[in-house]
This record gives sequence, structure tokens and C-alpha cells, in this order.
Amino acid sequence: MTQTLIKKPVEARQNVVILFAGDSGDGIQLTGSQFTDTNALFGNDVSTFPNFPAEIRAPQGTLAGVSGYQLHFGSVEIFTPGDLCDVLVVMNAAALKANLIKLKKGGTIIANTDGFDKKNLRLAGYIDEADPLTDGSLVNFHLHSVDVTKLTRTALEGMTLGMKEKDRCKNMFVLGFINWMYSRENALTEAFLDRKFGKKPELLEANRKALVAGYNYGETSETFTTRFEVKAAPMPKGTYRSITGNQGTALGLVAGAQKAKLDLFYGSYPITPASDILHELSKHKNFGVITFQAEDEIAAISSAIGASYGGALGITASSGPGIALKTEAMGLAFMLEIPLVIVNVQRGGPSTGLPTKTEQADLWQAVHGRNGEAPIPVIAASTPIDCFDMAFEAVQLAIEHMTPVILLTDGYIANGSEPWRFPNAKDLPEIKPPYIKEPNDGEKFLPYLRDERGVRPWALPGQAGLQHRIGGIEKQDRTGNISYDPENHAKMVHLRAEKVARIADRYKPIRLDSGPTEGEVLVVGWGSTYGAIRTAALQLQAEGMSVAHVHVRHMFPFNKGLGPLLKKYKKVLVPEMNSGQLRQMLRAEYLVDAQGLNKIQGMPFTSEEIRAGILNLLKS
Amino acid sequence: MSEVNGTATVEKIDFGSDQEVRWCPGCGDYSILKQVQTLLEQSGKKKEEVVFISGIGCSSRFPYYLDTYGLHGIHGRAPAIVSGLRSVRPELSVWMITGDGDALSIGGNHIIHLLRRNVDVNVLLFNNEIYGLTKGQYSPTSPEGTVTRSTPMGSTDHPFNPLALVKGADGTFIARSMDRDPKHMREVLARADVHRGTSLVEIYQNCNVFNDGAFEVFTDKGSKPTHTLFVEHGKPLTFAGGTKGICIKEMKPHIIDIGPEFSPDDCWIHDERDNFKASILVRLFDDASVEGAFPRPFGVFYVNDRPTHEAKLQAQVKKAKEVKGPGDLDALLKGAHTWTIG
Repeated sequence: MTQTLIKKPVEARQNVVILFAGDSGDGIQLTGSQFTDTNALFGNDVSTFPNFPAEIRAPQGTLAGVSGYQLHFGSVEIFTPGDLCDVLVVMNAAALKANLIKLKKGGTIIANTDGFDKKNLRLAGYIDEADPLTDGSLVNFHLHSVDVTKLTRTALEGMTLGMKEKDRCKNMFVLGFINWMYSRENALTEAFLDRKFGKKPELLEANRKALVAGYNYGETSETFTTRFEVKAAPMPKGTYRSITGNQGTALGLVAGAQKAKLDLFYGSYPITPASDILHELSKHKNFGVITFQAEDEIAAISSAIGASYGGALGITASSGPGIALKTEAMGLAFMLEIPLVIVNVQRGGPSTGLPTKTEQADLWQAVHGRNGEAPIPVIAASTPIDCFDMAFEAVQLAIEHMTPVILLTDGYIANGSEPWRFPNAKDLPEIKPPYIKEPNDGEKFLPYLRDERGVRPWALPGQAGLQHRIGGIEKQDRTGNISYDPENHAKMVHLRAEKVARIADRYKPIRLDSGPTEGEVLVVGWGSTYGAIRTAALQLQAEGMSVAHVHVRHMFPFNKGLGPLLKKYKKVLVPEMNSGQLRQMLRAEYLVDAQGLNKIQGMPFTSEEIRAGILNLLKS
Repeated sequence: MSEVNGTATVEKIDFGSDQEVRWCPGCGDYSILKQVQTLLEQSGKKKEEVVFISGIGCSSRFPYYLDTYGLHGIHGRAPAIVSGLRSVRPELSVWMITGDGDALSIGGNHIIHLLRRNVDVNVLLFNNEIYGLTKGQYSPTSPEGTVTRSTPMGSTDHPFNPLALVKGADGTFIARSMDRDPKHMREVLARADVHRGTSLVEIYQNCNVFNDGAFEVFTDKGSKPTHTLFVEHGKPLTFAGGTKGICIKEMKPHIIDIGPEFSPDDCWIHDERDNFKASILVRLFDDASVEGAFPRPFGVFYVNDRPTHEAKLQAQVKKAKEVKGPGDLDALLKGAHTWTIG
């Protein structure tokens, strides 16, 4: 039959944003990530944004239960998951209602008609159960109504599976169809299905059949007249893999421990959106990784401190509320001066806040949130790939400077993914723990005798002649013995702060991400706003505007080049997903009149919002 | 430091550090420190193999007074610090020093998990039924009605029975001793030391400043015989100089007079391995002032040899290395699926 078909025309596209949306049980995340992998493998640059409800199975059909997966892929370099989408795939009425606002004018809607029955329309809040697929309200879009449920069932006719199991293959039908629409092969997903359902032949067959049926539907259905093609991007040569931010963080931590020749101890209490780091690390026990699911957040960090004290690399991760609980123990690690990495995968706050949404509002918590004067280095990752680099650097700083280090990421980059030209292990620097093997003061051992960087030696239990006692109580300089002496306390506060401040000595010189070295506006970003700011800055530069972009990686202590850089521009704009935390720090530190561009909606900036913010400042 | 319990001084003992001991004169802690130092010396351990971890409170200053490795932690969190240390250093001898407030109030959540996991550590729980370092507030082991600075009309809280809590959390070594009986303490500590798993020893410790005489009925020569029961594995539960005993009848313990009617053979024979009897033993927790009260048991109540937490963790690491081979960082970075461009 297929031989008789006329080949449908193929149109080229430079880049496409597609948003898959449906009930949180519809398999949306899987559909999205499979299409991502297929495109990445094809050679596109990609960026993704999974967006899902806090509830595992929120009430079906409601707006609260809508799960989304946004993918931006292109034949050009891609920095963000995209502002607005070209194609919106919706499995039900609620998914359409929640996401129509994100669709470009004239964009394409592919709707599963079975999800638009009276009940679904009512649950989605369509007044009088008016069906948007038929009432003409979507006239400004290209609407394709497809009865995915019926077509999937038909494709699986004769199989002994129950109706519920058959309907769970709907997402594969959709994926097959989208593969057709964008001229992609089913092969990668078929291989994935083989792995996933290898031991359940019937489910494997059903999913494969649905996938093929979706693809063939595109080929045969008369409603679709055109296919699209997005050619491969001019990516640097090399071997790539796909990586999410949380995977990047986990691998960066393991790589750091390996380069320091240390076992890794990860103490953690499950929390969204940090749990995937625990899941990832627990797979790598053959690297000497021990994961400890502690009874609470306090035990998670305290156990990591115990492990570091014993000579492993102690690590803990959480999100804002959990980090709040770890605060006291961070002070202890700071006082003990032992290596410890604390990862905060930020989410919307305060308190429980928005567990599955993103925010950058824990910067002050990281920099200031401890009793007493307890400065801890704080660094921030800007993309999923950068999570690897920054996690590695966190390990480096913690071990080589004998200090706790906080790494900030957030839900947006933690769950987002991009293609990664991964490094060779041999190209990663060795990390050198400041071990001590024998007494450092004649026959005596002084645990707080510092080197030229202010770093104390790491004496591991078990070494003869180095027995010593340390604790959270104020200690005498050099000996570490308890001391309440006023002068000594002042000296110790100063020495500890000095040690952390001098970490800035090792940073590479600050570097603009883009733009002129002096001029009208410097946009100062940090963390996950990177892609949106980069996109907007490049656009405006292309339009001839005097706009530069610098992205801060070291939140504390700052890069020494940052202050002088700020003075080279007439105006400074600080976009943040908070009310202006970095902005205040910059103003306090450098007496610069930095302006804020702030978004606190649990959602990342679009590049359009950044662009508008810069233009506003240029005009003012 | 000054003389303790009349005979020896701790300066003579190898395990003492150069730090001045700063507990109040007459504090029960001195006695415990001395017995621990003696035990460490007698056990033939090397100083560098021993680590003391503590939380916060009077007792938690303990690590500073020993020439071993020591970590003075934060309030209540010593069990978590111990859990991390033991996970990566199973060969060390780890001791945890805690008090009734540190272990059972602020650190209550951690101690129960330490016990259920069976982390190999010797926990010395100094119970003085009062908050000492904060100058005399009631503790989670203070009897109801205790008048303190924070409870001028008497405390309204029902206290913990610490060893019943430990038993409830499936502790694998459960024992009780007292500061005023150094020989007994030393024997119990020696048993705790050789047990693999969480050895929890509750030590009745007199705070002579804020709660003097809290345990006098158990420690005073006159009242001690009738109010205490020293249990020994394989021996009948007898007390009051062998004139009284405890038997089990209809699933319940009863006090019997040893004499014409009952012999020691009629008594409950202590079996450290008996899970159910241990549950009864920890419940012998009567108020000593009540007529007919059961005597308070001391000694090793219960021993169970289930595997330690760190042994299981390390076994998983070992198995992963055997099955997958030692970690290959390049393979890890590469992941399962790659594609090549150019």
C-alpha cells in the first residue's frame, strides 16, 4: 500500500520548539526525552525544560495535573528551551488550556480528541463544556485533531493486553507521529523499548506497534501534507552524550573524588528536585561511592561530616527547606575546617514553596545563612553541562582549601538536558588533599597550623602521633584546644575568613560571555538564567546595541575582576529569579547602581523578557 | 587532675590528654572517664585507632580529655557523625559520648536510627536526669513533677525509659551501669567494646550540682542491695543479698522470697540472647519509693549479633567492584549512549 503513496514534501526549519503536554500519568516526560535523544543523536543542538506538577498523580484531567516537556532543537546553536513553542502537542483539554499561552501565533496544535470529551472539558474549566477543537476559538492556529486513543487501540487490536495497558501506549503513537513529522527515525526509541520491556515481550510489542502506527499515520493521513526537517547543527566535532543538570552534578562529584583518589560518601534525605543526584550516585558504588539515605536532612549533612573526618569526601545535597535544616552543621564543618560539598538544587520558596518549580532565591541563604561569622565559598552552575564543571570545582575547592563549599543549581537546569561533549578523564586536573603524615611542630602535632594559603592540614584518624581533638567550640590558634580568650577569638574569626577570601586568588580572570569590554549596559547574570541572557545579548549586539553579558560563577568570594568590570559600563542590569539578591550584594560590595530585572513565578526567564528588560534600561 | 575515687589519678594513664579536666568537682563524669581510660589501656588498643565522638553537654567534653582522635560535634548529632565515619572507616574503634538531653531529646531521632541500623560504636549514655551545662532544667529522663528552674511547679512530661526505647529501636547490645560502681562499669564497658554493632550503655551519673542524689537509692550502700538487681548471663535473678529473686509466672515477673518455699532455681535465669525476656527486663523501671517496687536491673540485658550497617555498606561496594569492575571514569563520563559529530 505504501508504494502507491506520493511522497509528502519536506520543508526545512532552522529551529523548532515543541511542547508535549498531558496528564502527569500520560508518559509525557518519556515522550519528550525520547524525541530529545533522537534529535541529539541526529546532530541537532538541543535544550529541554521538563515542567511537572508536585503531585505524582494529580487529579486526572485537571489543570493542576498537567505535565509538560518543552524541547528546543535546531541546526543552529541553542541556549534555551525556547520562549514560545512552534508546536503544542496536547493529550487533553487541560493541557491545551494550561499551555495555549505558550504557543506562537500561527503555531501548530496537535490534539488528542479523546481528551476533549465533556468530562475533560469540564475538568479543564471550559465554560459550558465548549470544545475549543470545534468551536472555532483556535482559528489562528493550525489545529490537527487526532483521536490518538482510538488509533492506538486499533493498532493494538487482537493483542491480549487490557484496555488500560493498551491506552498507556498512546504516548508512543504520538512519538511515532512526531518522528514522522520531523523526518526522524524510530530506531533510537525502538532500541530504548527493547531495553525497557525486554523481559515483557507483550508490552514491548504493543509499544513498538503503537510507535510504528503513529509514524504510518503521518505518512497516510490526508490532514498532514507537509513534513519538516531540521538539519544537523554545526556542533564542534567530537563524541557527545545527553546529560541533565542533576546527572552532571553527580558525575562531577564522582570525577572530583576520583581525581582526589578519595572514596565518596553521599549523605542525603530525599527531596525534590535534588533526589536524582542520590539516584545517580547510588548506581556508582564500584567507584567507592557510598550513598546513605539518612533519617533527616540534619543527619544527612552530619554523616557527611563524619565521613570527611574519616578521610572520605563527604557530600550532601538538598533543596532550600532541607538546606535550612543543615545550617547548624554547615557551621560545624566550617569550624572543623574539613572538606564538605553541599549542593542546593534550588526550588521555589519560601518554606515548602513550589517544590517542582524553579527559583534562585536561596543565594542569601547560601552566602549569609549561618550563625556567627561563617563564610563559606558559594559557586553556581549555569547550564546542565556546567553542573558537571561546577561540581568538580566544588570538590576541588573543598579538598584543597579544607572548607565546606556550597554549589547552587536549580530545578530548571537540574531537570533540563543538553548534548555534552564530555571530557577525557585524563584532562581533568588532579586534586591534592593537604594530608599530613607526621607531627608538624617538633614532636607535637598542631591541627590548626596553617600553610601559606591559610589552610590547615588534614590528619586522618589512624595515624600515630597525630591524635588531636577538634570541635565546633572556639579553638585556640594552632593547637585547636578549647579557648575562650577574647583576642584569640578575634584572631580565629579573621583567620577563617581570610582563608576563604584567598580562594579568589586561584580563580581564572573574569571573562565576558559576550559583548564590548566597555559601553552602555552590562548584564550580570548567575546560574540558570544563562541561556536566556546569552540569547538576548547576542540578538541585541547583532542589532548594534552596546550590551555586554558577564555570568558570575563565584558568588562568594567574588572574582576580583568583577568590581573593575562593573565600572566600565554606564548601566548594570542584574536579571534574577528572585527579588534582587545578587543585585544587593553587588551594590553592597562595589557601590554600583545596579538595576534589577526580577521574575518570581517559578518559571525561568524567556529571552524575550530579558531583551525587553535591557531595552527598557537602554531607553531610561 | 585531682584524685578520683580515692586511689588512682588519670595523669598516670597513657590515654589521658594534656588538657585540664573541667567538670565540677565531685561530678560522676570523672569516674566514667577513669574507667574508660583504664579499659582502653587494658584492651591493648593503640591510641591512634580510637576515636571519640560527642554531641553537646557536660559529658560531651569527654573527647578533649583523651589522647585519641576526637570530635566534639553539635547538639544531638553525634550518632549521624558516627554513622558517616563508620561507613568509611570500619577498622577504627569508635566511641560516642552523650547525655540524656543530647541523646534522647535533641538527638532522639538520630539515636533510634543508629540503633536500628546497628552501626558499630560504643555509646556511653551519661544519664543524670537533668540538664547540667545549661544550668539545671529538667531532661527527658527527669521523673514527672521534677522541680527545676524551668519547671517551678514540677515538670508535666512523662519521662523516657531509655533502655526500653533502645530495645524498641532493636538495639543489639543493651546495658546499664552506674558511676559509683567502677568495677561493674569497667566490666560492662569491656563487654560493650567487644560487641560488634551499636553497644548502648546507660550509665547513671550523679550531677552533684543540679540533681544531687538522683540515683542514691541505687548507689547508697544501705539501699543498694534491695533496690538493685545485677544480672549475669546464665545466673538466676536474685537480689537483696540472695534473699529475694524474680521469677516469671503467667508471662509476668514476680518478686519471690528465697527460702523454704523458693530456691534460686525457681528464679528467672538471665539469658542475654533472649529477645522477649530482654523486653521485660528493660521494663523493670519502677519508682523505687513505691512499696513492692521491682529492683532496678544493672548489667548486660541483651546481646544480638546481627550484621553491622557498615559491613553491609562495604559489602555492596565490594560486590559492585566485583561485578562491574573498579570504576572507570572515562566509561562513566561517556555513559550508555553517545553520538559522534564530524
